Amino acid sequence: MTTEQRIGQVANYVDERTGAAAWMKKNLQKVFPDHWSFLLGEVALYSFVILLLSGTYLTFWFDPSAREVIYEGSYAPLEGVQMSAAYASTLHISFEVRGGLLMRQIHHWAALIFMAAIVAHLMRVFFTGAFRKPREGNWIIGIGLLTLGIVEGFLGYSLPDDLLSGTGIRIAEAIIQAIPVVGSYLSYFAFGGAFPGEAFIPRIYIVHVLLLPGAFLALITAHLMMVWYQKHTQFPGPGRTEKNVVGYPLMPVYMAKAGGFFFIVFGVTAFISAVASINPIWLYGPYTPGQITAGSQPDWYMGWLDGLVRMAPPLETYFFGYTISWNILIPGLIVPGILFTGMALYPFIESWITGDKREHHLLDRPRNAPNRTALGAMSITFMLVALINGGNDLIATHFDLSINQIMWATRIGIIVLPPLAFVITKRLCLSLQRADRELVLHGRETGRLLRLPHGEFVEVHEPISPEKAYLLTSHEQAPPLALPEVDGRGVKRAGALRNKLRSRMSVAHSEAVPKVSTDDLKEIEHH
Amino acid sequence: MKRLSRYRRHKAVGPALLIFALLGIGTTFSVASATTASQTTTADRSALIEEGRQIFLKGCSSCHGINSEGGAIAPSLVGVGAASVDFQVGTGRMPMADMSTQAMRKAPLYTPEETAALAAYVASLAPGPEIPTEAQLNYERDGSLAEGGELFRTNCAMCHNFAGQGGALTQGKYAPTLMGVEPKHIYESMVTGPQSMPVFSDKTITPKEKLSIIKWIKAAEKEPNLGGASLGRVGPVTEGLLAWTLGLGVLIGVAVWLAMKAR
Repeated sequence: MTTEQRIGQVANYVDERTGAAAWMKKNLQKVFPDHWSFLLGEVALYSFVILLLSGTYLTFWFDPSAREVIYEGSYAPLEGVQMSAAYASTLHISFEVRGGLLMRQIHHWAALIFMAAIVAHLMRVFFTGAFRKPREGNWIIGIGLLTLGIVEGFLGYSLPDDLLSGTGIRIAEAIIQAIPVVGSYLSYFAFGGAFPGEAFIPRIYIVHVLLLPGAFLALITAHLMMVWYQKHTQFPGPGRTEKNVVGYPLMPVYMAKAGGFFFIVFGVTAFISAVASINPIWLYGPYTPGQITAGSQPDWYMGWLDGLVRMAPPLETYFFGYTISWNILIPGLIVPGILFTGMALYPFIESWITGDKREHHLLDRPRNAPNRTALGAMSITFMLVALINGGNDLIATHFDLSINQIMWATRIGIIVLPPLAFVITKRLCLSLQRADRELVLHGRETGRLLRLPHGEFVEVHEPISPEKAYLLTSHEQAPPLALPEVDGRGVKRAGALRNKLRSRMSVAHSEAVPKVSTDDLKEIEHH
Repeated sequence: MKRLSRYRRHKAVGPALLIFALLGIGTTFSVASATTASQTTTADRSALIEEGRQIFLKGCSSCHGINSEGGAIAPSLVGVGAASVDFQVGTGRMPMADMSTQAMRKAPLYTPEETAALAAYVASLAPGPEIPTEAQLNYERDGSLAEGGELFRTNCAMCHNFAGQGGALTQGKYAPTLMGVEPKHIYESMVTGPQSMPVFSDKTITPKEKLSIIKWIKAAEKEPNLGGASLGRVGPVTEGLLAWTLGLGVLIGVAVWLAMKAR
């Protein structure tokens, strides 16, 4: 019997009992569109798998306990030092467990790449308008994953109980305590008493290895099932409509590609982990509340939060014997709250502004949605300025600057630069639209100069291909919403102010360079 | 004699004599200064102090005052002790190159002998911390590594970073890196508290504990980067930078390549 026949027999055996063949055939042929930016989410997914695998390995030796032990391991500079069992077991993983340090580094590097990939994926979805109906729900799941990722990463950073971990938890405690009225109660609840206590590490451990990974698995499954069910978006192009998906079938093309890409992601992560140190906890030393190191920073995905706290002016109010620490409350809770709520609600805000309730499966080119693109650039600028201030001490020492100057530059920058980024990006988008229009009307500049018989020099323009012309003109340009302030009988409509705001935003949103119409083309052919 | 005098008016005689004379003076000076540094009799001591005073008057008094009384731009040196001078001058911080933020480490302007003379002069003004001797600085024998680490993290890491790489202070000032600093200078800086650094007197940190700290710093200096490239030993900032560039950057490159091949 040949191998093929044998496989066929096995498949037949399974199919006769489960009837899976029809379902498999349908789903394995499912078509996915191809674009490099669609792989960013995959990087996040594969990093998550790497995190699960390497994390499981670490749990075999990690002891999540604040119990005090005397170190007797092989790292001489810490010999005889009093530390928590959590820290001692992390040292044990690093120095005595075979492959332990590599696994720790893979776990940590994968976490940083995981978060970077999530953010890059988020930007792709935002700038191409992939969050529009019917994908608003999946957008919200994505924001949930991002938020959980930040929390999960922070907990992982906190677990080894080294000097940086403890410093991070101390700041988290301060942020919890800054919540008016209930803050100190919440803090006592979380820590099981006063900081740092014995209860916190076992608690965050179970959240880190069970609760949040479980939530991740559930949300990622939902995220992917929705992509499956709603089908993947695609960039516009000839033959691509709102009603079809142009691409390659899952089996064999994407099976091979995705499988291969997984190993590439794993390989790159393992390579970095093999050559570059991350979180050398033995150098930080064990955490004791009396110690701190210069340059205490969180991992990058929380760096913006640290930067906001660092730039906050010392504002406090006292009343009825209570202190409200605005300097922690505003940068630590209020601003992030506004940012993440705004981000989650953005699909609904945009659809309210445009009045567009239709389904969209074709993506926008970022330049064709200038207002949205500018808003994205504005948010990124805000985050970057905050992130830069998160590393202000290192910038100061490495670039011979004053930490105070950097703080003031970012304090002013975080207010001035985002609007500036908005205006510049919007202008850029409109200019790019203008360039597209020129391209369609007059073709590509070839750089070849031609001298006409009467002596005039002209540059030869080459008409662009019909495919390219289609790509540059297929997007729709919706007019702004027409919201009359008065109804047919001349009576002021209810909610006039809201409508006024909505119309103004709608006008801003629909600002565009008119794309080339058929009439335009006809006219140019006439010349 | 006759043969010598024949070359008396040779044109090379002048330069040759000059070289001889210079060599003679140089040798005498180096022999003389070497003896002054090694002997401790009262007469030699006062000669050394006088030599230090001369150097001081030329190189230091314009800011610190003719009698070391200090001035508008520089503190009084009465009572700062020999250790202070040895640290500041021996690490090249004094004389200062620019007075905008803080004295930075550079190649020392004075030789060890001149530094010793200056130190002797300043120490003669009023008692102050003394330069530790070689015997006092045997940190390998007298220090304890783990205790040094504990003390370092409690007292030093807040400014000099967990691995002694240095860190930022306010208004452009900074705590310098401790890598490659001589044990003597580390000791002196703890005793004298130069610039923004506080004084760690022998009551707060005993001499033995100081040696433990030095032992830990020296071990940190020699410690290999166990996890691969150290990324500067400055914490998560450089790690984040690498995750975005080498990590996600490379993966995006691969993604572009994967999507390209499909065409």
